Amino acid sequence: MAVFDSSDGARRRHFTQSIARSVFAGMTILLILPVVAIIGLLVVRGAPALSAEFLFSAPMRGMTAGGIWPAIVGTMWLVGVSLAVAAPIGVLAAVYLNEYARDGWITRIVHLAIVNLAGVPSIVHALFGVGAFVLFLSLGTSILSASLTLAIMTLPVIIASTKEALAAVPMPFREACWNVGATRWQTIRHVVLPNSVAGILTGVILQVSRAAGETAPILFTGAAFFLPHLPQSVNDQCMALSMHLFTLSTQVPNVPPQMTYGTALVLLGLVLTVNATSIVIRSRLRRKRRW
Amino acid sequence: MAKGWSKTRAQVERAKERVIELAIAACGISAVVFVFAIIYFVFREAAPLLFGGLDIGQFLGSPEWYPDSVSNKRYGALALIAGTLSVTVLAMAIAVPFGLGAAIYVSEFSHGRTKEALKVVIELLAGVPSVVWGFIGLVVINPIIIDVFNTAVGLNVLNGAFLLGLMSVPIMVSIGEDALKAVPDTYREAAEAMGATKWQVTWRVLLPAARNGLLAAVLLGVGRAVGETMAVLMATGHAVHIPTSPLDSVRTMTATIAAELGETAKGSDHYRILFVLGALLFAITFVVNLVADVAIRGVRKR
Amino acid sequence: MVSERPKVQFETLTVHFGEHIALKDVTLDLRPNEILGIIGPAGSGKTTLLRALNRTLELTRDARIEGKVQLDGEDVYRAPSLPALRRRIGMVAPLPVGLPMSIYDNVAFAPRMAGVRSKTTLDGLVETCLVQAALWDEVKDRLADLGTKLSGGQQQRLTIARALSHEPEVLCLDEFSIAIDPVTTMRIEEVLKELSRRISILLVTNLVQQARRLAHRTAFLLMGELVEVGPTEGLFGRNPSDSRTFDYVHGMFG
Repeated sequence: MAVFDSSDGARRRHFTQSIARSVFAGMTILLILPVVAIIGLLVVRGAPALSAEFLFSAPMRGMTAGGIWPAIVGTMWLVGVSLAVAAPIGVLAAVYLNEYARDGWITRIVHLAIVNLAGVPSIVHALFGVGAFVLFLSLGTSILSASLTLAIMTLPVIIASTKEALAAVPMPFREACWNVGATRWQTIRHVVLPNSVAGILTGVILQVSRAAGETAPILFTGAAFFLPHLPQSVNDQCMALSMHLFTLSTQVPNVPPQMTYGTALVLLGLVLTVNATSIVIRSRLRRKRRW
Repeated sequence: MAKGWSKTRAQVERAKERVIELAIAACGISAVVFVFAIIYFVFREAAPLLFGGLDIGQFLGSPEWYPDSVSNKRYGALALIAGTLSVTVLAMAIAVPFGLGAAIYVSEFSHGRTKEALKVVIELLAGVPSVVWGFIGLVVINPIIIDVFNTAVGLNVLNGAFLLGLMSVPIMVSIGEDALKAVPDTYREAAEAMGATKWQVTWRVLLPAARNGLLAAVLLGVGRAVGETMAVLMATGHAVHIPTSPLDSVRTMTATIAAELGETAKGSDHYRILFVLGALLFAITFVVNLVADVAIRGVRKR
Repeated sequence: MVSERPKVQFETLTVHFGEHIALKDVTLDLRPNEILGIIGPAGSGKTTLLRALNRTLELTRDARIEGKVQLDGEDVYRAPSLPALRRRIGMVAPLPVGLPMSIYDNVAFAPRMAGVRSKTTLDGLVETCLVQAALWDEVKDRLADLGTKLSGGQQQRLTIARALSHEPEVLCLDEFSIAIDPVTTMRIEEVLKELSRRISILLVTNLVQQARRLAHRTAFLLMGELVEVGPTEGLFGRNPSDSRTFDYVHGMFG
């Protein structure tokens, strides 16, 4: 190198190189640092609120005391019901796209629809939920209405990761199955799906975390500010952690700050734990290939 | 094996398979059905007003939003559109350089474990619920802005833009990194063989080669920012007016829907105008996502 | 050997892949209990011929098929059920594919999909097929291991066992010995001779001598065209009817 390059030039070159590196590294760190600091703050201020009583009792005295149990239970209802709807539809939709559909205008349109479904603002999903489920189907403001809205909103998450998992199963496996007279569905059922389970699970878990964190779509479709008792069926309304955080921090006067921080911490902890689980499963899956 | 199974059984099996395949196809096109359902139901609630007396010129051109006025109702959404626009533009001014910078760092300058760790952190960042961001805007960013800029309130364009910036960064980084990864290594090698530094390679070779994908990354970030609701509802104040400075409070279209829908009577004009706003939001994000998708397709084709 | 109706009949079969012609006007039949060798250099359409028979060719985009393929006098392209058709044809592809399931399940897969549930039937079938594929001795103590973890040669024999597991009437082998050592190849060749008492075999091979050892008749394909077909001794003798055949079997090209 030195033969062709004046040592001065080489040094300058090395210099710009390390400048570039530091600039980009700096940008990345500046992105991550505030977030880490903020999360740290939530933990520090929220942790003192966490107690069995806080987690397992209902809000009291105009939500200025007590706990968040009904909100936790409500979030579980919403997540559970939306998952029960979105998971089968999403997985089968991915099966259709990866195993049956040929490249053509139908796949193109389906793809565009999925991209769109993922891109539609959550508040528009809420309007849709009000128009379609609450009013048109007369489901009222209920867990069912809210969960259906969440299910449609989070469908793209499941479709995308399932499709990726299916596409990772090598084509020769399918051909080998067809060669011995297995039908398309038998091949999918016995070879393709069992070997994509981990990838599908990743998508399903991500859906859970999305559904648990969303607020706007459930605001007018089924979540309530305050309910003294737990929901008994999907036709009831429910409280939800995300909604509760919104309520505590903007709608109710004189809430002790640590209650709000505690609620935020529980919600964030729940969502991030679920997310992290999905990441761990995915990296395990990469290491543990069966072929 | 043909002996092993009777003809009727074969027919039953084939019928079963047919039913399953129909169910799969139905799920496959369900996404299309849902998108049309969204369009239909949003417009269904909006239509009586949209096609029955709404002054479109006033809606798009006037900042006077008095949906509850008893004597003189006015539905001018200009201030709300300006609110959305101002927060989005400022958010992008923060997020685009940082998002793309981080994408470049992750894709070109980091390796192995660092790279994996960064990607995980950014993915977790994407997982933070928007209501938590809003809460952070209220309790963390708000006092900082009050201190630093010596203002009375810290719930304003700047606060919302900061949150939206952080929220739209993850999608920019992941799409941007994909775009950079799609640039063939031969480009890098050829440029480096000619003695270009990594900086020159990035600036003159990678960015031009990946520009469609990076454009898509930015557009998807814009789409997220325009559509984001809870964070801006909580962090931008509730002032319906056209902002003149980043320290002005505003209210976005999304926040307006979220704040007012609960207080309106079903079927009233006020209720319907919120669906008109929703239809407008849908149209905007539809176009943004469509363009982004076309840009990404271009990348994949090459 | 000669019977009134051929087992498989290709009639003026032409296959296009987009612009490219893979097979041109091929007419060929496979007689009952015959081993028909198909030789020819790479890209001469040998694999395409096999895939036209079990109709996996249609899975390839832009494949266009003209002409007729008959199995026992029935047009396979009018078969009421594809799975049923494919069960009548065993197919061994050149690249070994162990399915990501246990060795036992690999072999039991096809019968199970066809509705066989009895454990004893399956056990017997698995053993028979693995024995025929010369793999039994190596795997009989670890049938629960993953099929994908076997060596290439073992996976190839597993593929053969799987192709036999649905008791096909016609067995198609596409360069089956690529990944197998000579000793094992010999053992499988013996099995093929034995099998030909019961079923018909289409043996695509790039090893001219393998066709010579096994095939009753041999067909020579060149660039999608059938140059000639006839008794193996004739083709390998002094005077095949086409000089290109002589050149190929004597190693002048290919």
